[in-house]
Amino acid sequence: MTLLSGPPHVITVGAGLLRESLAAQAVTTTPVDWRPPLPGTEGALARVLADPRLPAANERAVARLISARPVLSAVRRASEVLELGGMTFLHAGPPITWERASGPLRGALIGAMLLEGYAHDEEDAERRLASGEVRLEPCHHHGTVGPMAGVVSPSMWMFEVRDAEHGGVAYCSLNEGLGKVLRYGAYGPEVLERLGWMDRVLGPVLSAAIELAGPIDLRGMIAQALQMGDELHNRNRAATSLLLRELAPAVVDASPRDAAEVLRFVGGNDHFFLNAGMAAGKVATDAARGVPGSSLVVAMARNGTDFGVQVSGLGDRWFTGPAGVPDGLYLGAYGPADANPDIGDSTITETSGLGGFAMAAAPAIVRFVGGEVADAVAATRSMYEITLAEHPAFQIPGLGFRGTPVGIDVTLVARTGLLPVVNTGIAGRLAGTGQVGAGLVRPPVEAFTAALLALAESAKDPL
Amino acid sequence: MTLTDVVLVRPGVYHDSVALMRVSRSMRELPGMEVALVAMATELNLALARDLGFELPAAGPGDLLVALRGRDLEGAAEELDRRLAPLSGARAREAGGGGEQPPRTTRSAARQPADLVLVSVPGEHAFAEALDAVLAGLDVMVFSDGVPVHQEVLLKRLADERGVLVMGPDCGTAVVAGVGLGFANVLRPGPVGVVAASGTGAQQVTSLLDLAGVGTGHVLGVGGRDLSAEVGGRSTLRALRMLDDDPATELIVLVSKPPDPSVAGAVREAVAGLGTPVVTAFAGERDLTAAAEEALRALGRPVPAWPRWPAGPPAAGTHGSRPEGRDEPRPAGRNGSRAEGERGGRLLGVYAGGTLCTEARLIAGRGEFTDYGDDAYTRGRAHPMIDPTLRLEALSRAEPGDVVLLDVVLGHGADPDPAAALAPALARCPATAVVALVGTEGDPQGLHRQAEALARAGATVFASNAQAARYAKDAR
Repeated sequence: MTLLSGPPHVITVGAGLLRESLAAQAVTTTPVDWRPPLPGTEGALARVLADPRLPAANERAVARLISARPVLSAVRRASEVLELGGMTFLHAGPPITWERASGPLRGALIGAMLLEGYAHDEEDAERRLASGEVRLEPCHHHGTVGPMAGVVSPSMWMFEVRDAEHGGVAYCSLNEGLGKVLRYGAYGPEVLERLGWMDRVLGPVLSAAIELAGPIDLRGMIAQALQMGDELHNRNRAATSLLLRELAPAVVDASPRDAAEVLRFVGGNDHFFLNAGMAAGKVATDAARGVPGSSLVVAMARNGTDFGVQVSGLGDRWFTGPAGVPDGLYLGAYGPADANPDIGDSTITETSGLGGFAMAAAPAIVRFVGGEVADAVAATRSMYEITLAEHPAFQIPGLGFRGTPVGIDVTLVARTGLLPVVNTGIAGRLAGTGQVGAGLVRPPVEAFTAALLALAESAKDPL
Repeated sequence: MTLTDVVLVRPGVYHDSVALMRVSRSMRELPGMEVALVAMATELNLALARDLGFELPAAGPGDLLVALRGRDLEGAAEELDRRLAPLSGARAREAGGGGEQPPRTTRSAARQPADLVLVSVPGEHAFAEALDAVLAGLDVMVFSDGVPVHQEVLLKRLADERGVLVMGPDCGTAVVAGVGLGFANVLRPGPVGVVAASGTGAQQVTSLLDLAGVGTGHVLGVGGRDLSAEVGGRSTLRALRMLDDDPATELIVLVSKPPDPSVAGAVREAVAGLGTPVVTAFAGERDLTAAAEEALRALGRPVPAWPRWPAGPPAAGTHGSRPEGRDEPRPAGRNGSRAEGERGGRLLGVYAGGTLCTEARLIAGRGEFTDYGDDAYTRGRAHPMIDPTLRLEALSRAEPGDVVLLDVVLGHGADPDPAAALAPALARCPATAVVALVGTEGDPQGLHRQAEALARAGATVFASNAQAARYAKDAR
């Protein structure tokens, strides 16, 4: 079949008149709903698209992302596996200082100071943090991701996730539950008490249980959970149940005395799986890093002040814009005035083709997007416009088992002006408040524009 | 008025937390409402309510907890029920909705099967869409103008690697398997295939062939710069091979400006290597009408007298290409009395088609010729084949004694009734008007209807641009 062998099916992009004239000739057309790219990106787009490395680089980067096989291999203390010496804490998002840190991040850091015994009370903790004697580093710089404030201190127990395909490893802390919890910036007595129990009981028991149960295939578990109505960011109910089912016998074997308490804690927190899923996303996106010329987004993360992205072909550089306030629904009497700007590394789920990108799989939570199942389907469908692939394992039954949109391409974001759809929890603005709601947020366009301009600077000349 | 608390527990009523948060929010919007918590009675929510100072009865996670605080809560419970009721109703209508969304890029559209991409976005954005097509292995026609030449070179180099054809940029005309793309005449199917670095040039040749009863299967545009040294004729060479491979094509016509000397050799070599005969129409070497006539002879078909309106004397063997318009009627002024005294005015070429404009200028040898289809005139406005404004202004500037020569191009994509605007302007115009009308009997505008309307307005109308130019040259 060559072009000349019969009337062509024509994709039309541009003037409607030309499409109408084809329609008048009874020619089948697929019209593109084209709009001009983000303002100020025309020149950079042309340079990046003309980079002869781009198509193969993106193909390679996204192939590595979707072929990753994350397995939950261990639960270990942060001090064992991460370099946190000399009073170092990790936090979510791009680099930030205490001065610019938002309420919930400050609250979580204060909590971590108290937890680690680096300070004897709140004032002492604040003083030491403000003095600069504590090093603050992004989780992402340590192969780690942290939900919300994402604060990791040396004593915390971490999920360890390995990529059985490419050999990477990533870490994420254990989930504390909802409401007043450290990751949302709460640090009251009940928060520290719970963290103490996690330190003494939950961590050791899970660690022993996973040693007994052996590595757990997270890729398969995520694939199943999607088909059970999770999108793996704001809804992890199915995935948590699956993980619990896998772990329960080993937990009992490992510690008959604490088993009931541990299983009750895990079973009572629908988001328990989230942290393991985030580490799975991190290890997969890390596999796609460092491909020269690639415009694939390998991290989206927020520190409560800035929203940052990293791109495969641009090393560890962050491109940031101001974090937005999520549009969502609020717990109890809280309202938008109580909300902190967007925070957390959990956008690694969207970066790896889950969360907001998989909304169509999770009709139970679609009201976050504004009410209707149709909106969730539309949210997922629109993400196919800015992604390089459809995930081979993560499928959406309601879309005819189409793979989730995965692999955000900076050039496609600039061309379409469509920003990633992000599902998220909402932290209270004031340190110590905790969670106030959950909803949707759009990343700042500046982060993507800046990344595109940097790609243009590093682009190879085609001719 | 003091605030009152209302606390309700509805055992065994379950709604998901998000739905209930929406109900909470809408309850808070009621006048006088200070606090509204509608949630499943989980530990977390019970604690939230207690923190807000509510007195709570015993309740568990399977119960619905309602805690309201405000003034005048008389009707609050009913309001609550009104808001909860839809949550229990069948939501089936929502399921599976969300219909298909149109693709936002060519890359996205190319996920579905397609054969060809037609790009007509503004030139500075065309590269991205055309590149998507090439990378998806699809042939592409770039109608857009203003695409930088280095982007054209890159597109065509990548297209060569992938075995696809890039028509354009600035390709205004193509016909693929009888389908007209961009500005294209309705051509009868037939044995001719055209490779064209000139859109209106191809339209002139194929329209004349059509009037002579010979059909054209394909017109593959390549863009005006294809045969330049920079681009190297990549698309021309590919299009020639495609037509050579097409079993239905018996004769190839190559319409272009003369190739850059560095490319001419490759083109000659390619032409010599084809199994299909090739007629070349290089602007400046000979006119398009002559090329159409050679194509007819190559096919063994008679060359007709090309139509003109009002009909001239049917001089036997009239060819548009004959020198000096020997047996063509001498034009007269609009009214005989004026014409004689006002001889010696200007010859104004008011063109929409670039190649037609060049051809007419070369034939006339003098005069002020303007190609209103040039990039300089189309930035930010539609092509003069669609928007007559600039040419109407030019006509209004003509003076008695002038001769105005203009082209009117019919077909898909062009003005649906060009005579509607041009005929009144020509009727008002004090100059002698000569029109080259490029079109076929199948064109939606109606060739004869247009010709007659223009002729009634006082213009002398030719199907051959070369004949029109010769006539105009002699008309002063």
